[in-house]
Amino acid sequence: MTLDSKQSAPAPSRGLDVAAIRRDFPYLAQELNGFPLAYLDSGATAQRPVAVLDAERAFLEHANAAVHRGASTLVGTSTTAFEDARATVARFVGAGEREIVWAENATDAINIVALGMADAAAGLGGPEADVFRLAAGDEIVVTEAEHHADLIPWQRLAAKTGATLRFVPVNDDGTWGIDDAASVIGPNTKLVAFAHVSNVTGHIAPVTDVVELAHRHGALVLLDACQSVPHRPTDFAALGVDFAAFSAHKMLGPNGIGVLYGREHLLDALPPARTGGSTITTVTMESAQFLPSPQRFEAGTQPVSQAVGLAEAVRYLERLDMQRVHEHEVELAELLVDEVSRIPGIRLVGSGAGVERGALASVDVPGVHAHDVGQFLDSRGIAVRVGHHCAQPLHRRLGLRATTRASAYVYTTADEVRRFTAALAEVRPFFGVTA
Amino acid sequence: MSDLSGLYQELILDHSKRRVGDGALEAPHASHHELNPTCGDEITLGIRLDASGTKVEALGWEGDGCSISMASASALTELVVGTDTAHVRELIDGFRAMLRSQGAGEPDEDLLGDAIAFHGVSKYVMRVKCAMLSWVALEACLIEAEARATQV
Repeated sequence: MTLDSKQSAPAPSRGLDVAAIRRDFPYLAQELNGFPLAYLDSGATAQRPVAVLDAERAFLEHANAAVHRGASTLVGTSTTAFEDARATVARFVGAGEREIVWAENATDAINIVALGMADAAAGLGGPEADVFRLAAGDEIVVTEAEHHADLIPWQRLAAKTGATLRFVPVNDDGTWGIDDAASVIGPNTKLVAFAHVSNVTGHIAPVTDVVELAHRHGALVLLDACQSVPHRPTDFAALGVDFAAFSAHKMLGPNGIGVLYGREHLLDALPPARTGGSTITTVTMESAQFLPSPQRFEAGTQPVSQAVGLAEAVRYLERLDMQRVHEHEVELAELLVDEVSRIPGIRLVGSGAGVERGALASVDVPGVHAHDVGQFLDSRGIAVRVGHHCAQPLHRRLGLRATTRASAYVYTTADEVRRFTAALAEVRPFFGVTA
Repeated sequence: MSDLSGLYQELILDHSKRRVGDGALEAPHASHHELNPTCGDEITLGIRLDASGTKVEALGWEGDGCSISMASASALTELVVGTDTAHVRELIDGFRAMLRSQGAGEPDEDLLGDAIAFHGVSKYVMRVKCAMLSWVALEACLIEAEARATQV
């Protein structure tokens, strides 16, 4: 395949009119190192359509004011926009409005739960917070494949409470199944946390099976939904999880805002780890009473224009139709796996052809470090992620230090995937590594 | 040839495979482990000074990383072994200044010799840390080894 600098028109996808979508993303029209940009790093951060940029700007130009503070007309307008955004996001993920808490990002959302549980163990919260109280002998379960954001907060919680952190083992390809989970989850398990779709392998977790197993043992379930909510129809109520976290910037929305989902009665019982203005009912010099969710968690000034931007991103995705987005990505995932598998000597992390995965592929090029692979691709106008993707333990388990990851989204074309794999095939010859 | 030839000079690709100094040093006077947390690249570098404590007698390193970081450690070894510590400091300062240049100016070939091949790295801000990894380890080793020598 030749890498001429003319971008060919995207082939029609089963699910989406990608050519039309790309016109909504000015970012994608630029060149990188003399080539048309092939942006294959949406798993790290997605680009934003004009509609999202415009919505945020229009809010700031006409409606910005201090939400939930004061009584003016302006505050009414901004508060309505802020809460409408919450309702929009809630509808998108099968949640009630009081079940959506704004966070700084998904990492922060997970920390709200972990820190709240530590506060419960320290004696804060009433008897309703008993479900969160961990002690020696209790177990927190995560998988060996977790992103650091869904690992380190639990390490800290275990250290603070005396609970034990246990790991669902993964296979040699980084995937795991319900039997692996069942080998670790048991009567001592109090919390199970795992990614819906792995950011390294693209593996899709058996969520409802794990939820059923965990709940049978009385354990809570937290789902890292960063790589699922942007890419497939996701209904937290139907999945049955107790908590979930995702980030706006991975779903065409702004930076600086993420979402914690929690079942209403659990959020109302979880001690707020960060406290301050707007979270309270009555405050005396000695103590404070907290509002129910979500306000009890939203201390201080909130990311209001970001919430408005995220809601617009949700509406954009809804217009595309998440089922179609999913079909488009299934198609690209199949192409990625198929094309990468054809390159001699390249190791694809995760399962091979015939198993559904998220539209991403992490690869190891034996003899060439991922940084050098990424640099070579970069020189061809192809933007990918290199490194451990915030999953050092998984890479160690796979016998790798770093990999090169291509990840797709609504605006990704089959042509871009082929440019990635064609360039990948040239990497070892360039660095003088023979098979 | 793509623009990459400015980054991956022949000398760098050659050093990344030859790896001069690769292997742990026995009985080092100082050793230091340096890690690049963004990619997990790491190096453990050890040095031994001569009896006077003013000259690098031997240097060895064990590392795992990209071609730039490994080639840089290899080039460093060739430059540093057998030279006195004052000159090593000049080399470290000169190498660092070159890598902070963002591609500007001409590197000091009289001082840096073959290491001027890394001048092209300075244009790639995300790769500067790769090239500096072994040099930062060397700087830490030098401070430790000299402190130890003056204690004796």
